[in-house]
Amino acid sequence: MKSITHDNLLKLLAGLADEGKIVYAPVRKGQKVFFAPVQNMQPVVFDYIQTTESPKLVLFPRYEPLISFEYQGKEVKVDDPSAAAPAERVLFGSRPCDAMALKRLAEFFDRDIPDALIAGRQKALTVISMSCIKADADCFCTSTGSSPGDICGSDILLTPVENNGYAAEILTGKGASIADRCSSLFSEIPEIRKEQYLAKVEKAFSHEEVRKKLSHAFDHDIWNGASLRCIGCGACAFVCPMCSCFDIQEEGTAKKGSRVRCWDSCGFSLFTLHTSGHNPRHNQSERWRQRVMHKFSYQPEAAELTGCVGCGRCSRACPSDMNLKEQLQDIAANVETV
Amino acid sequence: MQALHQKVKELLESGKVQVVIGYGEGSGGKSRPVFIRSAADAAKLVWDDRCHQNLAVYINKPEIKKMGKAAIVAHPAAVRTIVQMIAEHQLSSGAIIVLAVENDTLEELTDNSSLEVYAQSHPVLFPPFVVKEIEDIAALSAAERFEFWQNELEKCFKCYACRAACPLCYCERCIVECNQPQWVSVPSHAQGNFEWHMNRAMHLAGRCVSCGSCTIACPAGIPIGLLTIEASRIARTEFGFEPGISCDASSAMSSFRNEDKETFIQ
Repeated sequence: MKSITHDNLLKLLAGLADEGKIVYAPVRKGQKVFFAPVQNMQPVVFDYIQTTESPKLVLFPRYEPLISFEYQGKEVKVDDPSAAAPAERVLFGSRPCDAMALKRLAEFFDRDIPDALIAGRQKALTVISMSCIKADADCFCTSTGSSPGDICGSDILLTPVENNGYAAEILTGKGASIADRCSSLFSEIPEIRKEQYLAKVEKAFSHEEVRKKLSHAFDHDIWNGASLRCIGCGACAFVCPMCSCFDIQEEGTAKKGSRVRCWDSCGFSLFTLHTSGHNPRHNQSERWRQRVMHKFSYQPEAAELTGCVGCGRCSRACPSDMNLKEQLQDIAANVETV
Repeated sequence: MQALHQKVKELLESGKVQVVIGYGEGSGGKSRPVFIRSAADAAKLVWDDRCHQNLAVYINKPEIKKMGKAAIVAHPAAVRTIVQMIAEHQLSSGAIIVLAVENDTLEELTDNSSLEVYAQSHPVLFPPFVVKEIEDIAALSAAERFEFWQNELEKCFKCYACRAACPLCYCERCIVECNQPQWVSVPSHAQGNFEWHMNRAMHLAGRCVSCGSCTIACPAGIPIGLLTIEASRIARTEFGFEPGISCDASSAMSSFRNEDKETFIQ
């Protein structure tokens, strides 16, 4: 198998940026780590368990125009961003759970009416992930179908090994094209058992069991107690690598404007407010139930796709300590099986 | 803490209150808000230096109000918040029993005058790092300050945790959700983020009691409370408004006095 030293990895990434690819990598801003485009690799950090914001923004940005118009004299110039070829991008430093989330997110946006913008970005994206050698108490990837060294969704997966280097699994054609072009930066090493280097994440619950129990738990008392301390912000949804809800906003004037897609959250009280004034989810327990049900019941039932990869970002970000892992353990333990 | 457990037990056993809003053990060594409804659970309450969140944010939550009369474990900033909520008619006098906690002391405050006396004897005390942050930013030129906030607000993805964590951000329909006309640009681009945070600071000018809950809540780590703290400093020094110390104070931004300065109109 292949391996790469730390210095050569930095050279590889710098080379990709020099080729004109947009390289997203984890950088520290204040106390937190975010994915951001980098030109040189000096600010790239490696010592994080998980970034604050997920890498979903490389496929599904915080906001983006879906269509724009501008009057030029009597003519109207219309700009359709999906008509342009998306920029080639490289995501570096995503965790295996993140890579799986990006794959599932792209599948989600490809259902029914395929989303051309997101499909285009996925096609032009190469994912170079980093296995987890450390985890914390909020991680629960092994309960949602991923694991600290899972290859799903990555084009190249690096695993830190001895001597300041990384074992490199070249997993797809996109990964191979980079590894082949930059072959001098890689060396060949004998096959290793990467498991010995990986973090141990104990399985906290079975998502199949949770799914079965949720299928008849809509009216269960568990929702009332669970959501009392939820303050109804969107932190959990906005740091989540799989939350895909968006709102459409019109921006601009009669002369120039855009229709913009913006992230939205089912935790917000006005998320389901109807024009009539009726709100089918008028209290926070109904909104919290929706969050859990959507990820662990509705999506799996509809598309065999669990809407959570166990990255734990929501639990770390929550101002009220709504710990998702704990809540799912509670459901697994306390909701009766019919 | 024993005194707190004893007091909560008495309040629930006597039926004086049906729920106590307090802090309990959370995940990963954190504290979390808890809602104690039976005397047997009183010992689940904790009070220590992990307990920063301003619990006054839960007082008017419909699910909590439905439980009956409440008592609340309140640090000094939460007591100021409650005074300010009464002044702004968001809470009626005597509607809640306040268990004011600070270090090892516990005081039960049940009426407006005791709340005011407590709030006035517990002025805003910023931790040293906040004082330094305020001084550092004040020392910057206007252009540098703008750059500082540009860099900070670039991290904002508009989850509105700052708004949700603030007990004084209680509007059922916030200005960002009004779209006829659209006052604030919704996307989290530079303009939208500046519009939102400037609006928030202005709406809290002279009302923010400097509890710091917004900064603690921000998942992106933006020191967002500095904006409202500064707006309140200006309201204090220019217009003489000190929030959270009087239950019948008027508001800096919605009252007019002949002697108000107009030097800002240029």
